[in-house]
Amino acid sequence: MLTQNNNRLNNLMVPILSIILGFVFGALLMLLFGYNPITAYQAMLDGVFTSPYFFGEALRQATVLTFTGLGFAIAFKAGFFNIGIAGQLLVGWVSAIWVALAFPDLPRIVLVTLSLVVGIVAGAVWAGIAGALRAYFGTSEVIVTIMLNYTALHFTNYLIRNVLSTGNTTERVGENASLRIDWLTNLTAGSRLNVGFFIAIIVVALYWVFMTQTTAGFEVRAVGLNPHASSYAGMSAAKNIILSMVLSGALAGLGGAIHGLGTFGNIFTQSGLPNVGFNGIAVALLGLGNPIGIFFSSILFGVLDVGAGFLPNRAGVPDEMASIVIAAIIFFVGANYLIRLIMGKLKSNKQATEGGE
Amino acid sequence: MGFMQLMQLIVSSSLMYAAPLILTALGGTFSERGGVVNIGLEGIMVMGAFMSAIFNIQFFGTFGAMTPWIGLVAGGVIGLLFSVLHAVATINLRADHIVSGTVINLAAPALAVFLTRAIFGAAQTGPLPRAFGRSNIFLLHRIPVIGPIFFRNTSGPAYLGIIIAIIAWFILFKTRFGLRLRSVGEHPHAAETLGIKVYTMKYAGVLISGFLGGMGGAIQAQAIHNEFGILTVAGQGFIAMAAMIFGKWNPLGAMGAAIFFGFAQSLARIGNYIPIIQDIPNIWLQVLPYLLTILVLVGVIGRAEAPAAIGKTYIKSK
Repeated sequence: MLTQNNNRLNNLMVPILSIILGFVFGALLMLLFGYNPITAYQAMLDGVFTSPYFFGEALRQATVLTFTGLGFAIAFKAGFFNIGIAGQLLVGWVSAIWVALAFPDLPRIVLVTLSLVVGIVAGAVWAGIAGALRAYFGTSEVIVTIMLNYTALHFTNYLIRNVLSTGNTTERVGENASLRIDWLTNLTAGSRLNVGFFIAIIVVALYWVFMTQTTAGFEVRAVGLNPHASSYAGMSAAKNIILSMVLSGALAGLGGAIHGLGTFGNIFTQSGLPNVGFNGIAVALLGLGNPIGIFFSSILFGVLDVGAGFLPNRAGVPDEMASIVIAAIIFFVGANYLIRLIMGKLKSNKQATEGGE
Repeated sequence: MGFMQLMQLIVSSSLMYAAPLILTALGGTFSERGGVVNIGLEGIMVMGAFMSAIFNIQFFGTFGAMTPWIGLVAGGVIGLLFSVLHAVATINLRADHIVSGTVINLAAPALAVFLTRAIFGAAQTGPLPRAFGRSNIFLLHRIPVIGPIFFRNTSGPAYLGIIIAIIAWFILFKTRFGLRLRSVGEHPHAAETLGIKVYTMKYAGVLISGFLGGMGGAIQAQAIHNEFGILTVAGQGFIAMAAMIFGKWNPLGAMGAAIFFGFAQSLARIGNYIPIIQDIPNIWLQVLPYLLTILVLVGVIGRAEAPAAIGKTYIKSK
């Protein structure tokens, strides 16, 4: 029991120390290039936390990151690396907007639900392709999802230019498809924070229930921990591969739909894959696959993302600094052996001094 | 357009787009033969592209026509330095190879654009003063028929890539170093028992991949985009990895696959000149390289033989 508590504490220490080390690394890099790291970090924090608008924007960014993070995590738990989150988000986004523009006269509750469901299905299908190829042909899901990312990017841009509109931006969806709720918008001084935030909280809870309380969730985790043992125990590897990838894509697709209907209200041609997709990977790794951890990681990265906008003007630092800090944090999470090693050394030293009589 | 001209156009464009892929796929081969998955090659290419662009702009006055070739080496060196990160994380710090590679892919574009802004005050470098351009291959371009198609007005870096592929094949399969590297990727425990320094070999594989990947990025910047920006590399590192798998972790196979992907990519640009292909809507030509990659992997992977201990952390026995 005690050791278990100890482990839990250790597990919590890894992300916390990684965050600290990530910020320290960013500070050193800024010092190296003659920037003032304290001004920079302060600009980010002040910018986000002293303004209801930017705080709302940070939560809005966190909403999307929660979905992409959960999406990545569920495949990761089953032992698969779904780098295709960005592409799945994009197909979810474009199809939700497509539905919303095609049926502008449906009642709001119907149209919103329909658009979100279509976004979920689109993302699920897109990821399901990679899952099925992995299950039946053993094709690496890493490479396939990457290729599907670029396919999604080109197809989405094609759809926007040729089907949904004639230019690089679609029309905005009507009020009936918007996820905006007035009191939330007013509360955050007109930010784009929307009902998606509450959907994210519900999905976090559902994710926890699915993974810990249902047989299907247990099977997904079992396959991830030991595929041979679980197939020996009668679980179908193929079924679980496809299921985890489909759920992963569904979450990314839902994130994309909410990004589309909530944040932007339209879709525009993209020059590259959306960053929220890749930062979802970072969120999931920092949250160690735990839904609550993912939620809080999303908020941290949402603050970093929105705070980055203050770096050039208030501190003269290029806003890519925030992405570098995020990458550094994930480096330390990935190399957590280092952190565990250091903590182990500290602990054994402490025990040695305490034990010495 | 005559048949000869058309062939010349197809071959030279394919080679031009293949050049970065050949070198990066060879890099991937060295890393994975030593058992380390390196999806960070994408990020390493970004760093190489960035470095070569900076070098090109800073030193074209000094080196003149040689600038892009020396820039190539500069890109390789920065790629090598960046790959040290991947080597330390995966070999010493026991990080998951894909997680570490993802970190490199997250960090490299951010870092490169950060530095570009710090140096130039803009997110792109602007056009490079001395790009690779097209060149005739020494003497070979005088061969009748074959000469004009394959060796005239063509991509110099692609032929460098082909030469390096042959050398890489020789190193991997005919030298002691190659045998040791492969044994580490297949069965590190057995290799260690025989006195092979497993960590050293893994480091060698990853660092070679960093050097070659950095050179690949340098070609991408100096021969294809003629500038550095966030979109310079855009997925080429991943396609190179697919080429490596398609080529079954064999340098010559990887080279062939890279040329094939180069051809597929060039179609989106030169398809308008080719009969039949010009009738295909451009969107299909754009996604063709990616869909082909998937089809090829589905067809080939069952028979492909990856190194046995690929992606596994090796913990040295005390």
